[in-house]
Amino acid sequence: MPKNITQKELICALATPPGKGALAIVRLSGKDAHAIAKKITHKSLAPRQASYTNFYNHDGAVLDQGLAIYFQTPASFTGEEVIEFHCHGNPLVADLLLKTLCNLGARLAAPGEFSLRAFLNNKIDLAQAEAIADLINSTTEQAVRTATRSMQGAFSERVQEVLTQLIQMRMHIEAHLDFPDEEIDRQQIEQLVSQLTKLKHFLNELLQQAKLGERLQTGATIAIAGKPNAGKSSLLNVLAQSEVAIVTEVPGTTRDPLSADIEIQGIAVRLIDTAGLRETQDIVEAKGIQRAQQALAQADLVLWLTDVSNEDSQIVPSGIDAAKIIYVHNKVDLSAEKKYNDDENIYISAKAQTGIDELLQQLGEHLIGDNNIREQGDTPFLARGRHVVALQQAQENIHSAQQRLSNSQELELAAEDLRLAQQNLGEITGEFTPDDLLGKIFSEFCIGK
Amino acid sequence: MTASQQQYDVIIIGGGHAGTEAALAAARMGAQTLLITHNIETIGQMSCNPAIGGIGKSHLVKEIDAMGGAMALAADYGGIQFRVLNSRKGPAVRATRAQADRVLYKAAIRQQVENQANLQMFQQAVDDLLIEQDCIRGIVTQSGLTFLAKSVVLTTGTFLGGKIHIGNDNYAAGRAGDPPATTLANRLRELSLRVGRLKTGTPPRIDGRTIDYSQLETQPGDEPIPVFSFMGSAALHPKQVNCFITYTNETTHDIIKQDLSLSPMYNGNIDSTGPRYCPSIEDKVTRFADRNQHQIFIEPEGLKTHEVYPNGISTSLPFETQQKFVRSVKGFENAHITRPGYAIEYDYFDPRDLQPSLETKAIEGLFFAGQINGTTGYEEAAAQGMVAGINAVRRTQELDAWVPRRDQAYIGVMIDDLVTSGTIEPYRMFTSRAEFRLLLRQDNADLRLSETAHELGCLPAAQWQAFSEKREVLETQQQRLKSSYVQPSEVDADLEEKILGKKLKHEYSMYELLRRPEVNFENLQQLSSLDLSDIPAEVSEQLEIQAKYAGYIERQNTEVEKVAQQEEVKLPQDLNYTAITGLSNEAKQKLMEIKPHTIGQAARISGITPSTISLLLVHLKSKPTRKSA
Repeated sequence: MPKNITQKELICALATPPGKGALAIVRLSGKDAHAIAKKITHKSLAPRQASYTNFYNHDGAVLDQGLAIYFQTPASFTGEEVIEFHCHGNPLVADLLLKTLCNLGARLAAPGEFSLRAFLNNKIDLAQAEAIADLINSTTEQAVRTATRSMQGAFSERVQEVLTQLIQMRMHIEAHLDFPDEEIDRQQIEQLVSQLTKLKHFLNELLQQAKLGERLQTGATIAIAGKPNAGKSSLLNVLAQSEVAIVTEVPGTTRDPLSADIEIQGIAVRLIDTAGLRETQDIVEAKGIQRAQQALAQADLVLWLTDVSNEDSQIVPSGIDAAKIIYVHNKVDLSAEKKYNDDENIYISAKAQTGIDELLQQLGEHLIGDNNIREQGDTPFLARGRHVVALQQAQENIHSAQQRLSNSQELELAAEDLRLAQQNLGEITGEFTPDDLLGKIFSEFCIGK
Repeated sequence: MTASQQQYDVIIIGGGHAGTEAALAAARMGAQTLLITHNIETIGQMSCNPAIGGIGKSHLVKEIDAMGGAMALAADYGGIQFRVLNSRKGPAVRATRAQADRVLYKAAIRQQVENQANLQMFQQAVDDLLIEQDCIRGIVTQSGLTFLAKSVVLTTGTFLGGKIHIGNDNYAAGRAGDPPATTLANRLRELSLRVGRLKTGTPPRIDGRTIDYSQLETQPGDEPIPVFSFMGSAALHPKQVNCFITYTNETTHDIIKQDLSLSPMYNGNIDSTGPRYCPSIEDKVTRFADRNQHQIFIEPEGLKTHEVYPNGISTSLPFETQQKFVRSVKGFENAHITRPGYAIEYDYFDPRDLQPSLETKAIEGLFFAGQINGTTGYEEAAAQGMVAGINAVRRTQELDAWVPRRDQAYIGVMIDDLVTSGTIEPYRMFTSRAEFRLLLRQDNADLRLSETAHELGCLPAAQWQAFSEKREVLETQQQRLKSSYVQPSEVDADLEEKILGKKLKHEYSMYELLRRPEVNFENLQQLSSLDLSDIPAEVSEQLEIQAKYAGYIERQNTEVEKVAQQEEVKLPQDLNYTAITGLSNEAKQKLMEIKPHTIGQAARISGITPSTISLLLVHLKSKPTRKSA
């Protein structure tokens, strides 16, 4: 190996901007990258030559066709062994490819990690050190932001719940292992097995949920909401550039959420027009409002539409996460006062089609982040992919623990599986602090003969 | 230099478990070593309970043994009851525990010390350290004698500022019956080292002739009798005896609760922290009030004494109360207390002020080992003693310190925990402290450490020979199992059904078969015509463990590789973290306080995130510092 080059563990990430495009490039860097590439392409790659090839998943099914390029160390971006997979620009395909790489032993790169490695291996000028430091800081913040955005509310709570249960179980198992002579009330192994079964089911539901979210999310979901007759359907039509929604003068026309798929700066976006939120006696409309509220809870962004000409519509929404609301003030053509846009407030006229470009620009920034550095940061899409990988790995580890527990000779192996499962889930919640299992044992059990 | 000044390479102060291992290791490495203690008769004394080993602790003992240390062999000579704990669980958490005859154990240690080449003993209290420009030069004894050395290892246990409490009475002491080292303590307090205070306790000792054993549960030792040392054998063991178990009851608890205000732990006389895993009986009764009994292990103190150690009722209540509650216990109705239980408070030095080599950051050449660093237990002390002894010698030879990594030894886990995180209570080893638990087994301590010890020069020649032979056999036999195949046709169908539960579909190597949970070494022999009877038991055991753990070991090895890479990146000790852009204030403060030696150590500091580590890497790379020695 060339001098001063260190080959670290395998990392992978999307190297092109997220969303739809003609091509997507997935990059893999680290020790034995070429060996992993062989498992994906089923062929040996010649250095610095583009090979047209099938990409296979770990079960041998074809995911896509594209180009694979092998960069030998040290002549690569990071200085390590690097493989670039050029696949079709469908986010789903790139995502499956990333998942396959993770199943083969790579992990998703941390923010700024490719650049960091390039820098450490002298592939990037020393003068850029400061920029790298900034990159790490900004992308980390961004990752935290997007991760939080993609796991709001219920999902995050449920992951936390699994974690709490896992830690409790680990405490009991460690007590079995470290204090066999103590007269303490250990939870019986059979109980632990049945708890694990429950946990596995729970995790499975969570995984289905995350996967579902991911599918809807081949990009992002944006909901348009507001009081009746604020012009929600008009906005949808303008954005979708077609008459998806029926626009009438009668408040309460939209009952089922309508949707349109559009693209904003290369990201696939599902726009959802929701029923106007108001008190109603109409059973059908009430049902529509209920659905609207669900759609709002699940959306990545909510456009809260108000009518600048109507005081009543200026009401602030309740029950929606404030962080994902953008206030869109409609019907500026009816108002004499000149209004200026800021981060959270956009002034438009759906009817006169003014302010629409500014709105799209703003939406793009929210979806992609203001990241224009050479390496792509986390998007809600990637963040969610990360969660799915972590949940799958946690599930596998818990499954293994359950198998091991049925044999007392393997209690310490079950303990190891659960330790890893906790690590997997920690990647979702971003908790790095070491756990104080012993502290929990001492506070729960009377130890000390 | 005056005639009274004698020059040594290394001086060890203290003759306890840390001091003796430090002195023996240094002398084995060829350094001229002086072991100085206030009383030669107490060298190798077990001041707390008469047992060596236990879960986590026996892992340390085996590691010390694998490096040529004294503890395991002394336990084989002094052990009067041996048990394997967790014997029905997997090999990684199996542990050996020996009850020791205090006299025999001490004699075995003393014998090793007295017969060790390059090692001299001297009896006198040490009153002062000779320090010039923050560098150790030697020591001065109580009567003014001076001894010079390049390295000094301080292993003074609980003797620094020791204070014993029994009820409301308290007095200065090092250990029951021994004076404290007050002058030295005052001298050390003047140095710029952070000092904390800890406490621990012991139970009252009882005259075995006054115990009604017929009312107690018997706990016999294991058969065949386990052996501690890689160089030991059951033939070394003296006569074996039983332990016994009894329980406290509600009357006992009432007596204790009634007099709680007389316990210095509860009336405010003691405010230092005791270990949570070894609470006093006062604590147990108060904190776990719903329990109507607590277990007491009756451990024999030796073959030639009637005294027993009732483990589980450590207390600092007044003697009268001790007598009352002891006599309320089944079997203890007529018990005579030979020595009252007591609590002891003592000084310890914040281990975060140590380098991983156990050299103090403040004074060059001054090493600390044992209870002085905030640990508890003979095994923890001995392991530190060994590391301090080795590094004290390496310093005199101007060589880099030797510190095992967390994935190499429990010793490495302990030292890293201490110097990185410090401790708030007396630190004790548990297997759950080791994230690489499956790699750090007591059965493979020799495979992990003996070669290193040989290279360091602290492994006796005979042990190196024995180890090399064992390792060779192991490698040969492993190769043999990997290259010997079992054909489906050659296996008896009934046996196949019985052992494997299903038919073999194609040929398998013997090693692959051994990896299956249902196959052990015994039935592996039945499946094959290959004769395995020439494989020694310790080798077949090792082969089986390695095969069974293989998948997990591979996984942990991947993690190890990553850790090892991080440990290779050194952080200069004079790095000014406050000047690094992008670090959070919390990170700066923590890094300045701990001054980690490697990127790996920095990553283990609580609150240090992966992005902080990335920033440190960038800083190291962009601002190349001069190469540190």
